[in-house]
Amino acid sequence: MSDAISITGLVKKFGPTTALNGLGLSVRTGEVHGFLGPNGAGKTTTIRVLLGILRADAGQVRLLGGDPWRDATELHRRLAYVPGDVNLWPSLSGGEVIDLLGRLRGGIKPARKAELLERFQLNPKKKTRTYSKGNRQKVALVAALASDVELLLLDEPTSGLDPLMEETFRESIAEERRAGRTVLLSSHILSEVEALCDRVSIVREGRTVESGTLAEMRHLTRTTIDAELKHPPSGLAELPGLHDLKIEGTRVRCEVDTDSLDETLRRLTGAGVRNLVSQPPTLEELFLRHYATDGGEVRANGAEVVR
Amino acid sequence: MSPLTGTGKLIRLILRRDRWLMPAWMVWVALIPVSFVSSYRDLYPTAADRLKYAATSGTNPTFLAMYGPLPDTSLGGIVAQRVGIIPVAVGLVALLTVIRHTRTDEQAGRREMLAATVVGRHAGLAAALIVTMTANLLVALLVGLGLSNDLPAGGAFAIGLGFAAAGCAFAAIGGVAAQLTENAGSARGIAIGALGGFFLIRLAADTGGSDNALSWLSWLSPLGWVTRLSPFAHDRFWVLALAAAFTAVAVWAAFALSARRDIGLGILPARLGPAEASPGLRTPLALAWRLHRGLLLGWLIAFVVLGGIFGGIAEGVGDLMKDNDTLRDMFARIGGQKGLIDTYLASVMGTVGLVASAYAIQAALRLRAEEEVLRAEYLLATSVSRTKWVVSHLVFSALGPVAALAVAGLTAGLVHGANTGDIGHQVPRVLGGAMIQLPAVWVLSGLTLALFGLLPRIAVAAWGALALFFMLGQFGEALQLDQSLLDLSPFTHVPRTPGGDVSVTPLAWLLAIALALTAAGLAGVRRRDVGAA
Repeated sequence: MSDAISITGLVKKFGPTTALNGLGLSVRTGEVHGFLGPNGAGKTTTIRVLLGILRADAGQVRLLGGDPWRDATELHRRLAYVPGDVNLWPSLSGGEVIDLLGRLRGGIKPARKAELLERFQLNPKKKTRTYSKGNRQKVALVAALASDVELLLLDEPTSGLDPLMEETFRESIAEERRAGRTVLLSSHILSEVEALCDRVSIVREGRTVESGTLAEMRHLTRTTIDAELKHPPSGLAELPGLHDLKIEGTRVRCEVDTDSLDETLRRLTGAGVRNLVSQPPTLEELFLRHYATDGGEVRANGAEVVR
Repeated sequence: MSPLTGTGKLIRLILRRDRWLMPAWMVWVALIPVSFVSSYRDLYPTAADRLKYAATSGTNPTFLAMYGPLPDTSLGGIVAQRVGIIPVAVGLVALLTVIRHTRTDEQAGRREMLAATVVGRHAGLAAALIVTMTANLLVALLVGLGLSNDLPAGGAFAIGLGFAAAGCAFAAIGGVAAQLTENAGSARGIAIGALGGFFLIRLAADTGGSDNALSWLSWLSPLGWVTRLSPFAHDRFWVLALAAAFTAVAVWAAFALSARRDIGLGILPARLGPAEASPGLRTPLALAWRLHRGLLLGWLIAFVVLGGIFGGIAEGVGDLMKDNDTLRDMFARIGGQKGLIDTYLASVMGTVGLVASAYAIQAALRLRAEEEVLRAEYLLATSVSRTKWVVSHLVFSALGPVAALAVAGLTAGLVHGANTGDIGHQVPRVLGGAMIQLPAVWVLSGLTLALFGLLPRIAVAAWGALALFFMLGQFGEALQLDQSLLDLSPFTHVPRTPGGDVSVTPLAWLLAIALALTAAGLAGVRRRDVGAA
């Protein structure tokens, strides 16, 4: 299968500042691809280059088999975009905006639109000037999801939605995946990406630092284990791949690299397990480690990164 | 906490936000009447001159409609008539000020932020009204003091207090309108509509001359009360009690409405739109029409009014000149009475062309506004090409002025033709004088687009260009500026008609320049990044 998006060595400068510094990204047709990074990492700039809004300074960018700058209008019939900051025309109603955008793309599916309006509980008759940020975002989402397109480019699409609507959004994306559509989902909400995405690319300061499936990335992270044993364990301390080990009598807590998991469990069961809690590696940890490992410490914006 | 808690703090906030705008406006309003005193003293130095004015211009129906009645044939009386349009401007600024500091803030969510602090629910409205009304009373004081140097103090303060009465009454109306709708634009529309209505009532009362069958109407309008003050003739200060009572009732109504509603909402429910787009809403042009139509309609109405006024005054221009021997001799050399009116018509059509350019710039700058709020990006992410998007707005910048000049020229021609009993002859001449401005207007459309395409960050500099061309046209010759400087303005090159010779060469040049600028702008837009930066 060909790639819906393929970017290599993308560079974009705004005056003296370099927004993208050799970024690479490949999104396969039919997958939901998470595009992760803190604010200012270059996610939105990348999407704008993909939309032909910004012109790349260097690098190769292919979108749906075409050149996003040169073939912009033809390519845009086959994709729908949800901006991170949705601004709509104040004098139009939500329903008018949805229909207009759909018609200016590949066309709109009325049944799907009605279903989505119901599901997102959006009143299409209200003038967009009276919508809250969350409701403007819903307008953009319904317009994108009801459009007859192959590719969805979503830039932090849930930043204004409440938790209930985030769930609705996840259901809708799952449906899109089943329908065979390709989705590029930019986000800094890791649980969202974890729940939805087949593959993930992590960007930082204009470069891709990691890319792959969640399974491929898990080898980079650790499982947390908290066990109550019958006897004090032996031989744990010398195991490679075990971190932050704490043994208090028969209670053991530690973090284990995925490669050492099997051997660790073997030793624990050797001491007789009464109770065991294991937490799977979360993207949060993976992400934190990426920002922690380079400089040795979590960067100042680490708190914002994990939210 | 009382509903007025925090009013003092909010007053200081308003004074801080308006610390430049408000004093500048007050001083400007106070200076106009003072400047009129010296210019009308020069123009009508003797009692005989002033009687002539009273018999001609002072009773011309168009003048009466615009400025109101001439209370007295003294110098003060003439000044009192000629400042007659100022209460409308004062009222407009007052209502806009109140709405800006109440509903606009509320719509932007700033009031919600304040409501969370120690601020009573009426404090914002009270602060806006107090500041606006105090400013108007200060204007009254300034006008009164400024005029009483040269004129009797009673009439001087009657003029000043007339301004203040209009300002306070429409500040209160603004306060009421701000409670009615969720949207500041609609509130402004309602309040300006009320101002327009009251102006029309005053106009209808006065245009037929003193003591006509409709004169009583002026008692129904705050703007009518201002004229009934009759400065320098009767100085009827008791009329101010009417204005005070009206203001008090409107203020009471604003607070009563404010007490009945939730923050962020209006008394009137927000209007709903259609759930689905009409079948025609499927192109960038259809979208642009939705975005431009309200503004365009507003401008067209303004152009009809402008044309009506200019056409209505045309015949009276001769009367005005009868008062003044020097001016009459000057214009007689140009071509006598008929030449005089033609010169006047050609000159006011130049003004209409400048105003049409303002619309052309505003319509073209819509592109930049759409880009700045990222709506352009959103639209360009669909199958709309950059060229189509730009053209969809450019159509309004280019064709809006065609419609505007046509209605202004047509109205002016019809009114002037009706006055002279020669409609068939006048309409094509005056209309031609209006339409011939188009190539110059298009130069400004093209200039705006070129800036937008090549230097988007300073696209608003197009307004600066218009201001420069306006100054060159109005004061260039009086200041005896060099011809090469005057030639900078496209309007310098528009042939003067009716009455002058029309040569095609300058028009063709203007057209070529407009096209070149447009092409450069389009090429720039196609090449550059789109975005807010």
